[in-house]
Formats: sequence, structure tokens, C-alpha cells
Amino acid sequence: MSDKIRKTPKEVGARHIITLLVENRAGVLARVAALIAAKGYNIDSLTVGETTDISSSRMTLVVRGDDSVVEQAVKQLNRLIDVIRVTDLTGEEFVERELVLVKVKAKSEAKAEILRIADIFRAKVVDVAPFSYMLELTGAEDKLSAFIELLRPYGIQDFARTGMTVMTRGSKTLGNQAEENLRGAETKKVVGRTEAS
Amino acid sequence: MKLTGSEILLRSLLEEGVDTIFGMPGGTIMHTYDVLTDPAVAPKIRHILCRHEQGATHAAEGYYKASGKVGTVMVTSGPGACNTVTGLTDALLDSMAIVVFTGQVPTTAMGCDAFQEADVVGTTRTCTKHNFIALKTEDIPRIVKEAYHIARSGRPGPVLVDLPRNVIMGRAEYRGHPQELSIRGYKPTTQGHTGQIKRAVELLKSAHRPLIYGGGGIIHADAYEELRELVDMTQIPVALTLMGLGAFDTSHPRWLGMMGMHGTYWSNMAMIHCDLMIAIGSRFDDRVTGKLSDFGKQCKIIHIDIDPTSIRKTVHVDVPIVGDVRQVLGELNKEVRKVERNWAGDFAAWYGEIADWKAKHPLRYGPMHDTIKPQYAIDMVFEVSERMNPIVSTGVGQHQMWAAQRYRGRRPRRWLSSGGLGTMGFGFPSAMGAQAAFPGDLVICIDGDGSFQMTNQDLITCVENNLPVKVVIINNGYLGMVRQWQELFFNRRYSQVDLTIQPDFVKLAEAYGVVGLRAKRPDEVQPILEKAFATPGPVIVDIVTEREENCFPMIPPGGAIKEIIDYGDPIPEKLFQGLR
Repeated sequence: MSDKIRKTPKEVGARHIITLLVENRAGVLARVAALIAAKGYNIDSLTVGETTDISSSRMTLVVRGDDSVVEQAVKQLNRLIDVIRVTDLTGEEFVERELVLVKVKAKSEAKAEILRIADIFRAKVVDVAPFSYMLELTGAEDKLSAFIELLRPYGIQDFARTGMTVMTRGSKTLGNQAEENLRGAETKKVVGRTEAS
Repeated sequence: MKLTGSEILLRSLLEEGVDTIFGMPGGTIMHTYDVLTDPAVAPKIRHILCRHEQGATHAAEGYYKASGKVGTVMVTSGPGACNTVTGLTDALLDSMAIVVFTGQVPTTAMGCDAFQEADVVGTTRTCTKHNFIALKTEDIPRIVKEAYHIARSGRPGPVLVDLPRNVIMGRAEYRGHPQELSIRGYKPTTQGHTGQIKRAVELLKSAHRPLIYGGGGIIHADAYEELRELVDMTQIPVALTLMGLGAFDTSHPRWLGMMGMHGTYWSNMAMIHCDLMIAIGSRFDDRVTGKLSDFGKQCKIIHIDIDPTSIRKTVHVDVPIVGDVRQVLGELNKEVRKVERNWAGDFAAWYGEIADWKAKHPLRYGPMHDTIKPQYAIDMVFEVSERMNPIVSTGVGQHQMWAAQRYRGRRPRRWLSSGGLGTMGFGFPSAMGAQAAFPGDLVICIDGDGSFQMTNQDLITCVENNLPVKVVIINNGYLGMVRQWQELFFNRRYSQVDLTIQPDFVKLAEAYGVVGLRAKRPDEVQPILEKAFATPGPVIVDIVTEREENCFPMIPPGGAIKEIIDYGDPIPEKLFQGLR
């Protein structure tokens, strides 16, 4: 009740991980991206892939923004006809994974050190050239960031991240937990940390 | 039975009950227009050939709002489709159910900058409720079924269907119109949550200064009987938004008028002094709330709306109820009926306050001598036409606000105006669309000289199709609302608002073969309007008014409701936005 008016978009930047179950057809990605863009928010990462049912795809969207504006965006995503389910996982228990490929400069004297770092992080060497290694690592966002920071001094030549994909822990699925989200009053359960405070 | 895509399309439209199409043919949609002449189709579908595609979309909006039936538009690819964007956006913001069919270059040429090609699905993605592209001929029946369902259900809105030329010319087996419909991503909530309705009733029981703030949703849901019942039981005063006008009988003792930027003083005061606001089918538009940080602090808010995204979008709501307004009000009324309370008695002090505001700040304008006051002209339009129960449309600007302030209708679906998008040029074609739905009714377009010049090419469409729309131009030779802002906030430095160089509207009427009339003195207004409304066929009435009349009350842009400026009030210094 204390805060009746939403904050302006730039004021707060909490990270929100939104998962969507969408129709697997042309143009859906554009609809989702356009909606987020219309809020003036940059999408940190976005992954899309088919589900076990080829008529639908699953998206994971990471975006930073004010809670109430993201709540509004989630409702608006839900309103899109090609979107079957949406959930903001903020505050939920979930597993997040991302894959990174890094091509790092490897002079002879640095080779052993790089391999030791890779070993500590359980990264794999997937390609070897005379003066570089390509390393592959899977993990949560902070693990990947730490890994990259350690490699940076050696000289990163090329670098690609897949963007995050997530799944809730326990028996909840994207299907059943999103049910409540369709009704306005209970939407706060999903994202409404502002409502609760 | 194998049929062409065009044949399938038109059969599907007939199955959906389409009897009128507003449109214009062109290269890619020609095949469908050819089938339109088919003896099996031609007598059942009336095609109104509009002279510009924007007009066609507004006509479809007018047709929808007046009749409640989805409006249908058919245009060609490229420029035809692009010209519908304004109408689609207008329809999206004002929740108008229309379906627009656009021709498209063949799928093989798409993306190759072909002649009259535009990425229409991409362009209209954010100005439609949903859009489709038919990539296979056999998909057409399902797409048509879904398009009309999506347009009319839930919160109504515009839907576009893009039809590549090879798809409408191709053949496919036609198995009849689909009976079942299943869109897994689209299931609007219609039933209100029982617990929330009970909570709303609790708030009603303890309210002492309640106010109903109703919007266009009441009209789209056909919930005026339910609203009337609620008000008759509880005696809560009602103010409506621009889009809601008509949802409540303006002769009812609890009627307060329109609220918002140019709403009545007393309804705006009621908004900021109530202890319970019951928002019904309205969306807290910025033209209603004024400065958000000052809005709704003093009261509890109940918000009933079918669109969950409208709830808590900008304003905190205590009891949100997502559902069809008619369903929810029906359930709410059942609960309210059980409440024993001397409603009117308990609200006596509240009514007193409102009456006080009304007495001190009535709608008024200065003395009228030789030149016609626009407010007077609009009052006369309503007075002369009242007993004929007209459908009234407006353009956008000062005339629109004066008309809304003075609206006297008693029935829903008789008021057409562009609210959310504020589209100048909406008035005349939407009146034409409403007239197509109700050929025997009096349809009046109160327009501005600026607005009318934006879409008046459809005058010939009215002549051709025997649509006797009466246009009343409130002619001040200015883009009046912009001029008003320049006067008030930019130190009277007028920039590109003078429309004195204008066509002679009476001669324009004559050029189109319709009756043109002009009033220049106050005493001419009434007889000329009487004559105009009694004349068969389209009529243009040019009412030459006071040029620099301002529209008050006015909540200053960006200001809070309490900063409302009434007629004769000084303009606060801080509102100046220009250089001195």
C-alpha cells in the first residue's frame, strides 16, 4: 500500500528470469522481443528451443527491470495469443545453466596454467591450435563469469555464450505453476514482490 | 470439393455472419474481389468501396461500436495495408473488434522487395490484438474462425489476416467452417473471482463517498443494464470516461458527466474526494488520472476489467476483479441485493458536496453576441436531435471535448469517438460505418474543420452507398486544441495552427452532390440544424464559430486533478512550456 505508483523503468534493475511456453511458429520470437523492447528494456539473454512436443517451444528470457514493470510485461506476454504459459521465476527455486565457448591465447609458458584453471572449473578443451585453446564450460551465470575473469589475463580471442536456460526444482513444471498467473488477482504470487512488501 | 482460396475466404466470412465489408481492391487482392461478384456471394455481402483504406478501418470501427458486430475490412497489399495502420492502432487502444484482410504478394516473392510489397505482419504486430498470415489455402477457414473469435472475445481488438496472392488463388478441399475452436494460448477469464466480489461488497458496505468510474468496457460487454441495476440499488454517483459515454443514461439523477482532462468539474472533484472508487471497464488512462503520484491516494479502489494487463498497470488497486464486466456486475448485484443499508440516506452529505461543486463550477461559456459560440452550436445539435435518438460521432480536438461534455444520449452504442489514440479524421468515416449498420437512423458527425479535412474523401462513398450522414463542422479555422495549448502554455505564439485557408465547405458539399448549409449567426444555428436533420441524404453543415474559444474545465497536462482550471480561472505561470 505504501507504494501506489510504479517506479520509472530505469530506477530499479532487479534481474528477472522469465520462462515461456510458446507456439512453435514463425514470428513468435519477434512478438516476445518487441514487447520487451517496447518497455525500453534490453534483453540480457534469450534462449529458444523445441520442447518434447514439436508444436511448442520453450524460451528463457533474462531481463533487468523494475519489479512492477516486469510484472506488467509478464501479464502482457501472457496476453499474446501465441504464448501458452509464462512464469517469472524470480524468488523460485530453480536450476540455471549456460554454456560458454572461449578461445584463449595459449603461449607455451601459459598452457599448463590454463589447463589447470580449466580443470578446476571442469571445463573441457574442445579444440587445440598452436597458440590457443578452445574451452567449453557449462554452469550457472556466476560460475561462467568467474571462469572468464580468470582467463582474461591470458588474452581472450573469441568468446560465445548461449544464454541461460532454467528449470524449476521439484515436481513443479512450467505447465502447472503458470496456471495462477492467468488470473489477475493472484499474479502477485508469481512476480509481485512489490505487492507483498 | 476443391475451391480457390478466395472462394473459401468468402464462404468463411458468410459463415461468420459478415454482411458488410469496407474496402478497396488492388493488385494482390483482385482475385478475391472477382469472387465477390459471384452470384452465390454478391447478394449476401455488401461491399462499401471506401476512397482511402484508413477511412475503411474507421468505418469498420464505427460499424462495430454501433452494432456490436465485428467490422470487416478488405484491402490490397503494400500501400493498401499500410494505410490501415492508423485504424488498427486506434482500434487496439479503444478495444474495437475489427478484422482486416490484406492482400500480399505471392509467398515466392515475399522478402524480395516486390511491387506493392510490405512486411504487413511485421508492421502490424504491435498494433493488432493478433495477426495471421495464411501460408496454405487449406488454413483459411481455421484462420478466419480464429480471427473473428479473437477480435470479438475477451477485450475486443483488431485482428489482421495477410493473404498472399498464390494462397488465395490456390485450390484446397473445403470441408466447411470449423465448428470447434481451440487456441491454447488464448482463454480469457470471464468469470469474476467469487472471493474478490465478496471483498468488493464489503468495501461497498462501508463506503460513504463512493464513485463509479465507468469506461468503454461497459459498452463492449453490453453491461449497461447491470450498471443501471447496481446504481438503482446503491445510488452511487456515476462518472464515465470519453469511451464510456452512453453506458449510463445521462438523464439519471446519479449521472455526473464525463471525467478526465476536459471532464466536468464536479466529476473530477468526486474522483479526488471519494473514499471508494469503483472502476468498471476503464483503464486509468493518463487523461483521466492526471498526475499519477497524486491519484487515488485518498480512496480504496475496486477495478473490474476483462484484461488482466489493465489492472495495476499504473495505479494500485485494492480489489482487482478480472472478468467480463457483465458477468461480474451480475454477480456483484446479487450480493449487493442482500445488503441492508439506507444507501441514498448515507450518501446524502456526499451528494451535497457534489451538488455544491456543480453549482459553483457548472459548464459555462462567455456571453454570445454576433458570433456563434461553439459550445452553443453543440448544445443545439443535441437539443434538435435528441428526440431522434441519434448516433453521434466526433473527430478529435476541441469540438470533441465540448461534445463529450454536453453529451445527452441515453442509450449505449450511440457515441463514437477516438479516445486512446486521439485520431483526427476518425469522426466522419466512423459515422459512415455506423450508418451502414443502421441505415434508417440519424447519424451525426460533429467534426472540426481540421479533422474533417483529414478523411472527407469518403463523402462520395456516402453518396454512392446512400449513407445519409449529417456532418456538423464546428469551424473555427484553427487546429483548435493545439491553438488552445499554444495560447495557454506557449505564450500565444501560434505555430502552424491557422486553417483559415480552407475549402468552402458548402461548395465542397455541392461538388459532391450533397446539400451544404452554413450558419454564421447564433440565430441561424437551430433552424439550419433542423433543416439539415430533416434533409434526406448526406448533409454538410458549416457552423462558423468564435475562433479563439477555449475548452474548459481543463486539467493541465502533467498536472494533478486538483489543479483543474475552470472557465475564467487564471493560468498558473508554471504551466508555460515555451520561451518568453
